[in-house]
Amino acid sequence: MEIDYEKIGLKVGLEIHQQLDTSTKLFCNCEPKLFKEEPEITFLRRLRPTQSELGQIDPAAYFEFQKGLRILYEAERATSCLVEMDEEPPHPLNRQAVEITLTAALLMNAEPVDEIHVMRKAVIDGSNTTGFQRTCVIALHGEVKVGQKTVPILHVSLEEDAARKTGEEEGNIIHYRIDRLGIPLIEVATAPVIKSPTEAKEVALAIGGVLRATGKAKRGLGTIRQDLNISITDGGLVEIKGVQELELLPLVVKYEVQRQLGLVKISEELRARGMGEDIIEKEFFNVTDVFKQTKCRVLCKALEKNQQILALKLPKFRDIIKQELMPGFRLGTEMADRARFWGRVGGIFHTDELPAYGITADEVEKLGEAVEAEDQDAVVFVADNSENAEDALEAVVERAREAIKGVPDETRAPKPDGTTRYMRPRPGAARMYPETDIPPIQITEDDVERISSKLPELPKQKLERLMKEYKLNKKLAGQVLDSKYSLLFETIVKESKVSSTTVAAFLTETLKALKRDRVEIDKISEYQFRKVFGKIGAGELVKEALPDIIDWLSKNENKGVQEAIENLGLKIMSEIELRALIGKVIEENRKLIQEHHEDSFGILMSIVMNKLRGRVNAALVSKILKEKLKVAE
Amino acid sequence: MNEKERLSGYKGEALAAIRKAEVEIGDLIRITRNSEIHEGILIPRSEYGDKKHVIIKLKSGYNIGIRITPNTKIERTGKGTKPTFTQPPSLKQNPKLPKIAIISTGGTIASRVDYRTGAVRPALTASDLYSVVPELTKIAQLDAQILFSLLSENITPKHWTEMAKAVSNHILKGVDGVVIAHGTDTMGYTAAALTFSLQSLPVPVILVGSQRSADRPSSDAATNLIGAVVAAAKVPFAEVSVAMHESTSDSSIILHRGAKVRKCHTSRRDAFKSVNASSLARVQEQRIIMLTEKYRKRDLTRKLDLKPEFNEKVALVKFYPGMNPAIVDWYVKKEYRGIILEGTGLGHVGSFFYEAIRNAVEHNVVVGMTSQCIWGRVGMNVYGQGRDLLALGVIALEDMLPETATVKLMWIFGQTRDVEEAKTLLKTNVAGEISSRTLAEK
Ligand SMILES: [Zn+2]
Repeated sequence: MEIDYEKIGLKVGLEIHQQLDTSTKLFCNCEPKLFKEEPEITFLRRLRPTQSELGQIDPAAYFEFQKGLRILYEAERATSCLVEMDEEPPHPLNRQAVEITLTAALLMNAEPVDEIHVMRKAVIDGSNTTGFQRTCVIALHGEVKVGQKTVPILHVSLEEDAARKTGEEEGNIIHYRIDRLGIPLIEVATAPVIKSPTEAKEVALAIGGVLRATGKAKRGLGTIRQDLNISITDGGLVEIKGVQELELLPLVVKYEVQRQLGLVKISEELRARGMGEDIIEKEFFNVTDVFKQTKCRVLCKALEKNQQILALKLPKFRDIIKQELMPGFRLGTEMADRARFWGRVGGIFHTDELPAYGITADEVEKLGEAVEAEDQDAVVFVADNSENAEDALEAVVERAREAIKGVPDETRAPKPDGTTRYMRPRPGAARMYPETDIPPIQITEDDVERISSKLPELPKQKLERLMKEYKLNKKLAGQVLDSKYSLLFETIVKESKVSSTTVAAFLTETLKALKRDRVEIDKISEYQFRKVFGKIGAGELVKEALPDIIDWLSKNENKGVQEAIENLGLKIMSEIELRALIGKVIEENRKLIQEHHEDSFGILMSIVMNKLRGRVNAALVSKILKEKLKVAE
Repeated sequence: MNEKERLSGYKGEALAAIRKAEVEIGDLIRITRNSEIHEGILIPRSEYGDKKHVIIKLKSGYNIGIRITPNTKIERTGKGTKPTFTQPPSLKQNPKLPKIAIISTGGTIASRVDYRTGAVRPALTASDLYSVVPELTKIAQLDAQILFSLLSENITPKHWTEMAKAVSNHILKGVDGVVIAHGTDTMGYTAAALTFSLQSLPVPVILVGSQRSADRPSSDAATNLIGAVVAAAKVPFAEVSVAMHESTSDSSIILHRGAKVRKCHTSRRDAFKSVNASSLARVQEQRIIMLTEKYRKRDLTRKLDLKPEFNEKVALVKFYPGMNPAIVDWYVKKEYRGIILEGTGLGHVGSFFYEAIRNAVEHNVVVGMTSQCIWGRVGMNVYGQGRDLLALGVIALEDMLPETATVKLMWIFGQTRDVEEAKTLLKTNVAGEISSRTLAEK
């Protein structure tokens, strides 16, 4: 069934977060890089929700604090210093990052603020060692053109990236790695004007293009992340945090709309059955005895550990819990997610899916009797220690009550298939207060003028120019534009006089192919690329040698292009040598030439090229071979 | 400028614009300049800010600064509400728990944030502390006293005297332990001062501070405070000590002996180190783990010997290459009673300093030698320079910290005017400030 997004009043706002490729982090002089090895330093911390007079303590955060949540931070000296460890005050705001953000902001016609004030935004899930994220608005009120539409930009901000979660939670300890903490991020927030799933992707693409136009956007998985806030007329305001793949955006929006529509339907049906929120009671029944002889493995394991089985009656919820909201996702899944978050249980059972999992019809009946369930009711139960089980069922009650109301406002996290799972309740009004350790920075009219006068081209302009100036076809020009070497491309063509199509094809298609063959392209510096093309332009190297040279350089870091040429024996062959060699090949293949006449050219050509790959220019071989064959005939 | 304006932090053009618009901090305002319009709450300006910008908090929560130009217009669109620091409900004290006095001297150990204006307010009363650090309700009955609100660099020997007297008062009232909240910069000096002035303690006196301000979720303040209160309630010893993080982790609090502790890092949580001595104990998961067997036992029947007087006419002089010895002459002329030298290595100063020292000793100034190496003991019999200095009348102060030696000499001259007695006292281990053995670091 096609959904009429216009009719249901879909409104989507985007927040794009793009890591910047600066030489140091935002508030210290560490290299903005991640590490894969075992950490050199670990330390254990707790974050205590700060009491606010007005805003309440974030309930989810406070809950986690009370549960004794501890954070084990992992660090390496090369990528983190005392600033990331929250053991030294932040250094002043990275000016390079400010300039890049200003450039992006001006490209989106936003108005820079006169004075930048860094704020602390409370985040106590452990992703920031301080318990807050440092963030500042750089410009307001911008816009981007997407097709015919103008999308308003609410603000362009600069903030520090958070630490990244590593591994799973063990007991009450979560692991975070602080290498990513402090990497500069631009945040671009649009007004909620996006009206369809595909438009979400188009807008993200357009903003991503503007950010890349600065030439200082980091590339690779995880360097750009999108948050979405999605609402429909009768639904709720749901924030989906951290979609990493652009391709996923339309699907995420589509599934969220489906989910909200499904929840609206459930709410209508429950009300039609005469349900009110107060009908659900927080009464939990100990039904451990019902399952004494059970064959269900999950329950058996719990019973072995002397845990309890607690049950809850949800009046008139029969067949509601199993209703599908997204692919493979039911109201029961939502309840289970909540139970996992608030009760730290493995999952829940509900009668809509039973008998199954080794639980018999007889046990289901006895369960119903134990909680005095009527025919239209559903029963949810969970096995764990009594504290966790109670917390879990309390969360289920909460979720069931919300189901009667409609769609709860909440924050959700995306899964790789585009569906989402419950993350936490939506935090109240953003709790921000000034970062007093960092002096404000003034943006003067001179600053704005200076940056405005050398703004990079927008993607569309650049595409047109690449096609015109370098005679590239649209496809190749587009590939150059999207690649991280678009600036390098122009430099090389200007410096080396090698044909622009050759350079473009190499920097896009050839490099892509090499990457597929696991050649580590990132180890090669721009300087090395320029040097290689310089040699080709000067006739000292043929373009056919490029893949071998790049492969060798990637495996021999700190070695030069000249060494690569010598080691690979790719020194170009002089014409005299080439003529002699071709003469020899013709001599050796007399018989073949007599048998095949004209057709022998192709065979001989490949013999010569195979012998000399990367050392000769194919056109020259062809010319000499043709001449010599004529004579030989 | 009236008081309200002074507190707003605004000056110059910015203040004039605010005055003209008749707006106050916390008001909702609209600022128009050419075609740009900004709306938000007027926020106070830091006293170090310039005169040209007005700060507002946008609806999104962000603050931005807007430059005031001749064509900038400010208007009020809504009246601000004052930050309401409502009193938290007072919590019941559990009469079965130990009684602990908490004396605040400054340095916020707990605080609350008004996110609307960014104001941070310290929590100082017992009920405030309970509400901000609820764990305390299960550890002790608190009696909170606000003695001063001083940055620790503004604390002087007069304040040590008052602190010692305040502790004595609480002990007379029969508490089981005393906690003193203190800014960290000079907490080591205060710890030494209290060690000398509170002799024959019946209960422990624990100084505590924080290296990360209490308004941030990652602050060490609450963990340190809990550790200090647990220590005051439970440790078996009755000594002055400093309770701070043992490492960068929040897992344990370490208790340092008051006369042997020094702040050794500008910013880390574990800035305080026991120097030339073992730490006293560790607090982990609210349990005490003793790290030494030598301590004075807690004994409520013991009578406190209060000696709270200090004499400020004592100087700490750090020697460096090429230093002008006239500084010593200046102290002599100003009638200083004692000079603690922070010499090089084993306890040396250049021979160009000898004359000034001879002059000081002749004027009855007590001159003691410590080492700027911080760790280790002075050894003035090893080299000729050391023996020269001893011959001049300089007293070698073993492994005493330069800061502790200075505080000690101030305290000595608070007790006696007799120079010979002062010299003897300075050399004698009064309260654990001198150890006879230097042990290898653990
Ligand atoms: Zn760093």
